[in-house]
Amino acid sequence: MSELTKSTAGAGPAQTAPAAPAEPAIARVTQWGEIRHRFLANKLAVIGLVLVALLFLVAIFAPLLSPHDPYAQDLTNTLQGPGGDHLLGTDALGRDQLSRILYGSRIAVVVGLASIFLACVIGIAVGALAGYFGRGTDSVLMRIADVFFAFPLLIGAIVIIIVMGRGVTPVIISLAVFSWPTVSRLLRSSILSVREADYVLAARALGANTRRIILRHILPNSIAAVMAYAAFNVGGAIVAEASLSFLGVGVSPEVPEWGNMLAAAKDFMGVKDYLWTYPSIAIVLTVLGFVFVGDGLRDALDPKLR
Amino acid sequence: MGRYVIRRLGQMVVVLFGATVVLFCCLFVLPGDPVGSLGGDKARDPAVVEQLRERYGLNDPLPVQYGNFVKNLAQGDLGEDFTQRRPVTEILQPKLVNTAELAITAIVIDIVIGLLAGLVAALFRYSFWDVLITLLTTMAVGFPSFVIGMVLQKAFVVELPWFPLISDGTVNSLILPAFTLAILDAALVARLMRGTMLEVLRADYVKTAIAKGLPRRTVLFKHVMRNSIIPVVTYLGISFGTLLGGALITEAIFNWDGIGLALVQAVQQQNNPIIIGVVSFGVAVFVLLNLIVDLLYAVLDPRIRLA
Repeated sequence: MSELTKSTAGAGPAQTAPAAPAEPAIARVTQWGEIRHRFLANKLAVIGLVLVALLFLVAIFAPLLSPHDPYAQDLTNTLQGPGGDHLLGTDALGRDQLSRILYGSRIAVVVGLASIFLACVIGIAVGALAGYFGRGTDSVLMRIADVFFAFPLLIGAIVIIIVMGRGVTPVIISLAVFSWPTVSRLLRSSILSVREADYVLAARALGANTRRIILRHILPNSIAAVMAYAAFNVGGAIVAEASLSFLGVGVSPEVPEWGNMLAAAKDFMGVKDYLWTYPSIAIVLTVLGFVFVGDGLRDALDPKLR
Repeated sequence: MGRYVIRRLGQMVVVLFGATVVLFCCLFVLPGDPVGSLGGDKARDPAVVEQLRERYGLNDPLPVQYGNFVKNLAQGDLGEDFTQRRPVTEILQPKLVNTAELAITAIVIDIVIGLLAGLVAALFRYSFWDVLITLLTTMAVGFPSFVIGMVLQKAFVVELPWFPLISDGTVNSLILPAFTLAILDAALVARLMRGTMLEVLRADYVKTAIAKGLPRRTVLFKHVMRNSIIPVVTYLGISFGTLLGGALITEAIFNWDGIGLALVQAVQQQNNPIIIGVVSFGVAVFVLLNLIVDLLYAVLDPRIRLA
């Protein structure tokens, strides 16, 4: 409840303006306040938010937090167990594990956010056009979406990487190219149910043009599903990115990245287990963070969904 | 129904056509010479390169190449692979059997564990078991398959030597990869089952069935289960399609000789015919299973009328 009053207070300056424009401004702010209130009341969502915030902090301050250079090899000091100068030990080339895990968060954050953002941009554009115009536009756009949807994510991503080569940018693009159809489908189906709503009819009756109806009335009311999808799937994108590196087709092997670390650790199974346990923990906490935030966001945006 | 099937088949053809265009563009048109890495050092001899280009039809105009590509693909002729000079279908067939074995085992595990867990959680809502299952299924989503695979290897190969580390073709070596593949889906099936079952349990027709004195078992199996199972069937069908396309990670961890491992190795060797074979198979199976799932929908739920 305190959230609600705070949000209304936040809209204070608007109240000094003439009454008519102030009305919708307050209404919108309180709606977000309510969403935030519902989100923060959800324990798992808050835990998720803390995990994601930690990940971002580590990614930003990795150079300050890392005790060693993540690329620096020390061939006299290979495969040292955790403890001493190297808190989490060293790998087969004598590189500091802790530093490599900390730097690995950068790749995870960049690839996770960028690929989902790109997928959402394409997906929202296609889904909005298909959902609003229907008929021929809809069929053509949805068949194109079907084509990209038909590739299993990792297999499709590998095809793109064959063309573009390994690296961060190819990974981002390859994941986005095969993720956007889900966004389009989500948005389209949710637009189809919103399109016939009375307020859209009212807007059209008042003479609003197509652009305005899509941007101001339909999108805000059908975007909830997409936002929850995005938050939830940043985790999925990070897993996919690490999977590609694990298979040897992601970022180059010398880059400090969690999938790379696990691929290298695989050969020391049962002998040097610290090599895979710590990067695994980093991935699991990261993915769980985004999953909890996504679930919380879905419930907060639309309590009817669950 | 008949018209719907025909329309969906038409859509499927369009999608497959589009997928071949995407694949063709990626592997033939865009930069990167498939002959470049072929034949080791000898390939740098221009005469040999020319001979190889001629042999694989790489000198034909692109539309001709595309036509040949689709024609061969439609006839199931994937050509010879680049490294062993054997027909791709012959190489992939035994691997496909291995992958199918793995995928079917995984789906059976999904059905048994997922359905049971969801059922228990929904029937005994808020009980200890429900809380435990909800907690485990929520956590499972955060565990990528390579982490699950390595944890299972550590637990059941290193600590308790029950299973071999690397597959040796026996049933025993099937267990760990199958579980690695199944755990995430089993968790999602359990969540789905719990959610829909709770909804169905609240439905009026269930209340009616109980009120008119039907035995609990009849209510559970004839009314509740049959109606809760529909989203699960959808999910499992699509998931099975993905698994058949190659469980890349699982096969890589356990060195399982399936088409997923073949794809990863082919990428490293730039062995295009194998890549094309695995990718087009994966796409075709996925699209076909999607169609089957949609049709199954109508069989399972007569309220859905396909038109």
